[in-house]
Amino acid sequence: MSTPPTAPKKSWSWRSQAFRGLIYQVITIALIALAVWYLANNTITNMKLRGIQSGFDFLTGSAGFDIGESLFAFDSGEPYWRAFLVGLTNTLRVAVLGIILTTILGTLIGVGRFSRNALVRGFCTVYVEFFRNIPVLLQLLMWYLMFTELLPAASEPWALGPLFLSKGGLSFPVPVWASGHVWGAWGLLVGVVAAFAYRHFARISFEKTGVAKSMLLAPIALVLAFGVLGWLLGGAPTALNRPVLGEFAIENGGALTPEFLSVLLGLTVYTAAFVSEVVRGGIQSVALGQSEAAAALGLSRGHTMRLVMLPQALRVIIPPVTNQYLNLTKNSSLAVAIGYPDVVSIANTALNQTGRAVECIAIIMVIYLSTSLFTSILMNWYNTRSAIKER
Amino acid sequence: MSATTFQPIAARPAPVKSTGLVAWIRSNLFGNLPTTIGTLVIAAILLAVLPRFFHWAFINAVWTTDYEACHTAAGACWGVVGEKYRIIIFGRYPFEEQWRPLISTLLLLSLLVASCMRAFWKPWLAILWIGVLGFFFTVMYGGVLGLSRVETDRWGGLPLTLLLASLSMAMAFPIALVIALGRRSSLPAIRSVCTVYVELIRGVPLISVLFMASFMFPLLMPQGFSIDVLVRVLAGITLFAAAYMAEVIRGGLQAIPKGQIEAAATLGLSYWQTQRKIVLPQALAMVVPGIMNNFISTFKDTSLVTIVSLYELTGAMSLALNSDANWRPFKIEGYLFIAMIYFVFCFSMSRYSLWIEKQVNKSKLR
Repeated sequence: MSTPPTAPKKSWSWRSQAFRGLIYQVITIALIALAVWYLANNTITNMKLRGIQSGFDFLTGSAGFDIGESLFAFDSGEPYWRAFLVGLTNTLRVAVLGIILTTILGTLIGVGRFSRNALVRGFCTVYVEFFRNIPVLLQLLMWYLMFTELLPAASEPWALGPLFLSKGGLSFPVPVWASGHVWGAWGLLVGVVAAFAYRHFARISFEKTGVAKSMLLAPIALVLAFGVLGWLLGGAPTALNRPVLGEFAIENGGALTPEFLSVLLGLTVYTAAFVSEVVRGGIQSVALGQSEAAAALGLSRGHTMRLVMLPQALRVIIPPVTNQYLNLTKNSSLAVAIGYPDVVSIANTALNQTGRAVECIAIIMVIYLSTSLFTSILMNWYNTRSAIKER
Repeated sequence: MSATTFQPIAARPAPVKSTGLVAWIRSNLFGNLPTTIGTLVIAAILLAVLPRFFHWAFINAVWTTDYEACHTAAGACWGVVGEKYRIIIFGRYPFEEQWRPLISTLLLLSLLVASCMRAFWKPWLAILWIGVLGFFFTVMYGGVLGLSRVETDRWGGLPLTLLLASLSMAMAFPIALVIALGRRSSLPAIRSVCTVYVELIRGVPLISVLFMASFMFPLLMPQGFSIDVLVRVLAGITLFAAAYMAEVIRGGLQAIPKGQIEAAATLGLSYWQTQRKIVLPQALAMVVPGIMNNFISTFKDTSLVTIVSLYELTGAMSLALNSDANWRPFKIEGYLFIAMIYFVFCFSMSRYSLWIEKQVNKSKLR
């Protein structure tokens, strides 16, 4: 009888793979620690020699510069951390709006490449090839140039109904703040809850009876109806703050600066080209049999797309689209080139004024890393929701 | 019973013609109502926009290098390109010495084109690359063979764009290979170091890396030790591109069936032998399109160095027109000119990537 084989004894010789692995890791860690220590040491020495102070205490000091545009009031006497906050909100404003617009435009162009209409197909192809192959910085500069050079002066803008478009940007009417709007907002909130409840019950009844109810239009109508109801209950305030043509510039109303518009447009148009390629790839990845089966069932092309192709394509589409969202957010840092005060631009000014290079760059990195992380978490959550549920 | 009389039925309509131009137009442009509406709307927009653009770009355009004619013209001023093309393409390089970047760029370009051809995929291509890059630096920098010295801060335009793109990709590749293998390693410390590197770099925008290279790097180095800003920026782009490429390569590594590695293990191959002879050849072939995409985006990203004051194409273009009040109003034409240069490069790269994809897939055809 042979004895059962015993596990080989761990030997700490060079022949043992585990031992070698350990040595490799120790060497790697040691090298990295050494490099970090060396760089940190150099930095500290350099800072001492040049009399550079370090630390984040400068954040509470007065910023001393004005910011071209901000969502909340800011003047030059306020501390640096408020300036950074302005930059952050400006970045997020471009990123969030850009992501929404890019998704819409990218999906339209991507689906358009499957159109039966040759003009639509050709247009979408040209769009993708053109905007994908030109650097985004160049596109931003071009948009900015168009806004600042080709548009008429602010004293004689193009008027489009209540909208004014000029070198000063886009002016539009905004509602005058009244308590009725708060009621309206509450109404919208109630509407959203009602819409979710409606969808829940509609799905249950669909599973029971097989009769499909409107899952998109009816909830939207619900939200709007509750919003209007709240607005009516609040006294239906209708006062609008319209932009008027002043002597030199456009006064009143809300306004979007040319910087903001060019960053938003440039990023949207550029990223949409990539998103549309992702969408096209996703649609192509759905097996041909699926659309044939849908045709055999007598579904129209629109229904085939919406009910059969897109739900399956989404699973392929979501991860790369997440990457595009992250790219868009990161590319918003290029706003620094055309003077839109995003967080990089603010940090740059702060760096030049205080000389705290390490701290300012650390702030930029922390902000972008956390927005990336947040977007990924959100999209991963959506991804798991739309993934195939296997039993 | 009455006799059935012959009653002719109406003749069937002739089958709709399904080939030829008319049939194509019928099915592709006016197939059904929505298609027809779409065609009409888009045709209306095109008819409104295209003639205007055509008038601006060609009919009313000024083609001579005469800025006074440009100021009065209603159309584009292409004369600006004729007047400024040397500054746009070569940046601040001394005017009478511009034959040097011209020769260097042409050589680098032809090497790039040659590297794309199958016949040149030989071991000596690497040596050729080293030789050409050496030539490029010697001729551009000068200081030997009776050439005057031109500091790197005067390099600019297309040579700089090409240099940054090709060199950073070439250097990023080995780094990316190591990082990708490291992320798949079974050793936890090495794996986490590589993961942290990739996630940190991919999480931040390239221009913050460039700012770091240009502002923070001097702080990190010992006193009195300085590196040329071009080299620092090149290092920044390389590290950035490497993080992205590592992820592409990792995708390829993941796609190798486990059986391949197990088979290598039964043959008694070591880790490095397995990687070099079994895993990497298959994985790299798989991710060639991804790497090409990476190359295209790096090529476009080199335009960002203009933000840290290096005058590659985009920077050289602003430099050329901002300094001259006569030509400053015609920036849009200048931008269109360099946009076309970028487009030609990127578009041909993406077409090439499609071709190479076909080449790589040949082994899978049966």
